[in-house]
Amino acid sequence: MIKKIRSFALCTLLGSFAFGQLQAAEAPLRIGTEGAYPPFNFMTADGKLAGFDIDISRALCEKMQRDCSFVAQDWDGIIPALLAGKYDVIVASMFITEKRKLKVDFSDPYQKSAMTFVVDKNSKITDISPSAMVGKTIGAQGSTTQADFLSKVYADSEIRFYPTQDAVNLDLISGRLDAQVGDIIPMLDWTVKSTDGKCCKLVGEAITDPAYVGDGVGMALRQEDDKLRLALNKALAEIVADGTYKKINDKYFDLNILTLK
Amino acid sequence: MFDLLIEYWPKLLQGALLTLKLTFSAVIIAATLSLPLAILRSNQHSIWQWPIRLFVSFFRGTPLLAQLFLIYYGSGQFRLELTEVGLWWLFRDPFYCALLTFSLNSCAYQIEILRGALQAVNKGEIEAAIAIGMNKLQQYQKVILPHCYRIAFPALGNEIILLLKGSAIASVITLMDLMGHTRRVFSQTFDISVYLWAALMYLLITSLFVWLWRKIEQHLNRHTQRPSDHHNLQAAEQSTTNKYPLESANVR
Repeated sequence: MIKKIRSFALCTLLGSFAFGQLQAAEAPLRIGTEGAYPPFNFMTADGKLAGFDIDISRALCEKMQRDCSFVAQDWDGIIPALLAGKYDVIVASMFITEKRKLKVDFSDPYQKSAMTFVVDKNSKITDISPSAMVGKTIGAQGSTTQADFLSKVYADSEIRFYPTQDAVNLDLISGRLDAQVGDIIPMLDWTVKSTDGKCCKLVGEAITDPAYVGDGVGMALRQEDDKLRLALNKALAEIVADGTYKKINDKYFDLNILTLK
Repeated sequence: MFDLLIEYWPKLLQGALLTLKLTFSAVIIAATLSLPLAILRSNQHSIWQWPIRLFVSFFRGTPLLAQLFLIYYGSGQFRLELTEVGLWWLFRDPFYCALLTFSLNSCAYQIEILRGALQAVNKGEIEAAIAIGMNKLQQYQKVILPHCYRIAFPALGNEIILLLKGSAIASVITLMDLMGHTRRVFSQTFDISVYLWAALMYLLITSLFVWLWRKIEQHLNRHTQRPSDHHNLQAAEQSTTNKYPLESANVR
């Protein structure tokens, strides 16, 4: 009797392991994103994630024939949470930089990257060289490439870091900041399309130095997940080739953000 | 782990100094404001009762983070109006916004602590003060307030520690306090141990504070302390020596 119970228990245990494996193969791909970076990823009024990154992710999942689920995660902790296994890939318009490559692997770029200064429409700032910006207050979102850029190049200006891009925008509007540095595409979008962004304009030439903006925008994965990375690259090439990428691109932007032309 | 500390300790120290500056400035402002408000609040007939109650329940009943956002980003919406009344310089600066929020928040808690202490002062003491002809000011100065602060002292210490730790949220409005620098270092290194070092620094600061606060408390309560055991033993020994000199010298 006892033997029977034991073997039954063993069977269930093994069974559940096997079943677990089976499930793992079909488990939805968990995608981490920020949800505070319009128009790339943001929360709609009813609390759902939407935006360019989300649409691209859905298109990729469709090509890979996998279910996808999304996780919204604060930017500060977005790489640590990936490493801790809270999700499998970050699709959050992250620049591919050398420093991040030490911790994570990146897919092929799915956007080109550049940064820009933004100032108030009535601002007298036209020269954005470090010497001209001495004593000015410049803001950026923390833990970003623009934050690193500012602390290295504009050390003599007063630099402030914010938890989200929205917060930087708010303080540029309120006049607490003389200028901010942001990624060029969302900044174009904000200043041209949104009502509150009408306050402000881009100034100076775009910042494209690869030392700061890296080699484009990629999806970040844990370094051991080569299989997933290759699958994502393949799917990305497919959606670019069949026009899905262009369709999503045109829904959000006036220019092609894969080439910035 | 240690190389991280060796490389970044000046940053963390710089942050810790701002944390201390922010917390203790707020505590001093709050302590100055809370005493008169607590006295007004504990007077049953005062017309100030209700406004003070409203103020206290708002600042005790809402999260500190919400208050900070409200004051910082909220004031940003009223830039023109604030410029007109000449207050924008105050709200423009994130340090002053944090200082204002923390002062008001701590003030609300301190009012309630002091009110409780005022009500706990022994009625007999006050009656005695009246009996020997002290006026109201003398009563407060010589009897009520010394008792009040003695009673409130541990709770006030508690409140200051809570505020010190609560000040960690100042980094969300761009202040580079201990937490702000910690987050910055973490974003540069992705090394989680920096949070451990930050926690240890907070622990060190609070430990020093607790030690100091206990010393002051002992000083305030020195009249209630019995001579220490060590002292008693010495005295007893002395008297033994005097009374039975032979016995203590093991002669008997």
